[in-house]
Amino acid sequence: MGAGHSHKLYRHGHSPVHALPPHCKLAAVFCFVLAVVATPREAMWAFGLYALLLAGVAALARLSPGFLLRRLLIEVPFVAFAVLMPFVAEGERITVLGLSLSESGLWSAWNILAKGTLGVAASVLLAATTELRSVLLGLQRLRMPPLLVQIASFMIRYGDVIADEMRRMRIARESRGFTARGPAQWGVLAKSAGALFIRSYERGERVHLAMVSRGYAGAMPVIDEATATRAQWSYAAALPATALAVCLLGWTLV
Amino acid sequence: MTTPSLEISGLAYAYPDGHQALFGVDLTVDRGERVALLGPNGAGKTTLVLHLNGILDAGAGSVRVAGLPVVKANFPEIRRRVGIVFQDPDDQLFMPTVREDVAFGPAASGMRGQELEDRVRTALEQVGMAAYADRPPHHLSFGQRRRVAVATVLAMRPEILVLDEPSSNLDPASRRELADILRSLDVTVLMVTHDLPYAAELCPRSVVLSEGVIAADGATKELLSDDALMARHRLELPFGFDPSKI
Repeated sequence: MGAGHSHKLYRHGHSPVHALPPHCKLAAVFCFVLAVVATPREAMWAFGLYALLLAGVAALARLSPGFLLRRLLIEVPFVAFAVLMPFVAEGERITVLGLSLSESGLWSAWNILAKGTLGVAASVLLAATTELRSVLLGLQRLRMPPLLVQIASFMIRYGDVIADEMRRMRIARESRGFTARGPAQWGVLAKSAGALFIRSYERGERVHLAMVSRGYAGAMPVIDEATATRAQWSYAAALPATALAVCLLGWTLV
Repeated sequence: MTTPSLEISGLAYAYPDGHQALFGVDLTVDRGERVALLGPNGAGKTTLVLHLNGILDAGAGSVRVAGLPVVKANFPEIRRRVGIVFQDPDDQLFMPTVREDVAFGPAASGMRGQELEDRVRTALEQVGMAAYADRPPHHLSFGQRRRVAVATVLAMRPEILVLDEPSSNLDPASRRELADILRSLDVTVLMVTHDLPYAAELCPRSVVLSEGVIAADGATKELLSDDALMARHRLELPFGFDPSKI
């Protein structure tokens, strides 16, 4: 496995988490998120336990906390929305540090923040321990509609090709003295975007031609099949099973 | 006398907009031959290629591949027999890894398991790319991608290998490597090109497609030495290239 070979979200490693079959991990993350979302927001301790569970998985996968926290920054725009809630929501108001805040708004903000962060953290863990290619195989195995899997796999294959085309167009523009300074130049950028769309569309036609030439008749042939043993399934199930127990406990103790 | 790999007779085609590209093409390529299809831009070379596996539907005339007519009922077998290597390897290599791309053709015809693995490995070995099986295509050099593109059709064990401008965008070393690979293959080759020295190097026989008909057919060396013929069909040798010295 050479350098610069896999996607930047992925962290190469040989931990037990890396070794799990992709569809087990996908199912585990999905069920974990369901359990988190189903937990009552008042059971604050439950979310602490969830965070501990994820930290445990991260430790097993030998991912550093710094790496995870940096990846979690993607959530920031959504946090901004959650922060607004206590100011704009209706209902009883309480005073915190001299600010009048809505109590239900505070609860909603906490709800979004806690559940969102846990969901993002679980996805970051999945992405860091599973190659994109395997994620697709896993989705295929979990019976995601084949057309969607095909679209996603072409997106991965051609993302770089199209980004490169975009870069060449930018260089060509700038080589002829173009700089985007303001709305006056948006017309040129819009035309570039249009040209890129047409080029990509035509490439799509050529790719389809190449596929048909090699016997494509509407369905992708199965080349790799992801398989999992019972032991791997039960290993992967540990996370969502524990989360489910915490969730049920949350409902009974509130 | 074995059945020729490719028999084209009276092939004519007009695009839906009415533009006629082919006006009755006749061409026979025997098994094991390497033939260059020469012609200026717009001569109808690519249009002709797309008839060989039924992507375009002939307006008149017929195409047979190893005796099998190119008609809809035969498409799966025809597409296995005719291996087209397109000009841009990024169009040809559409799967996430080299191995899966090479496996695509055989897998589409129902091959699975160990047999498929063997087929993929053999095809990659034929082009010297076996060490790159698990790489994504976009991390390879252009020359490597072109070689993998050749492997993707070799994996289907084609009757005839059709190459569209195989030397375009290759640096001299990649160009030579590809030539060595093509020479080492035991397969019929139809090579579409306007790289005349490359045609002279690889193909003993050439045909000139001009304005939708086969305008000349003969030994490559003789065609390239015929200045009047060359000038008539907008074919020009690169500066300093002398076909009589091959």
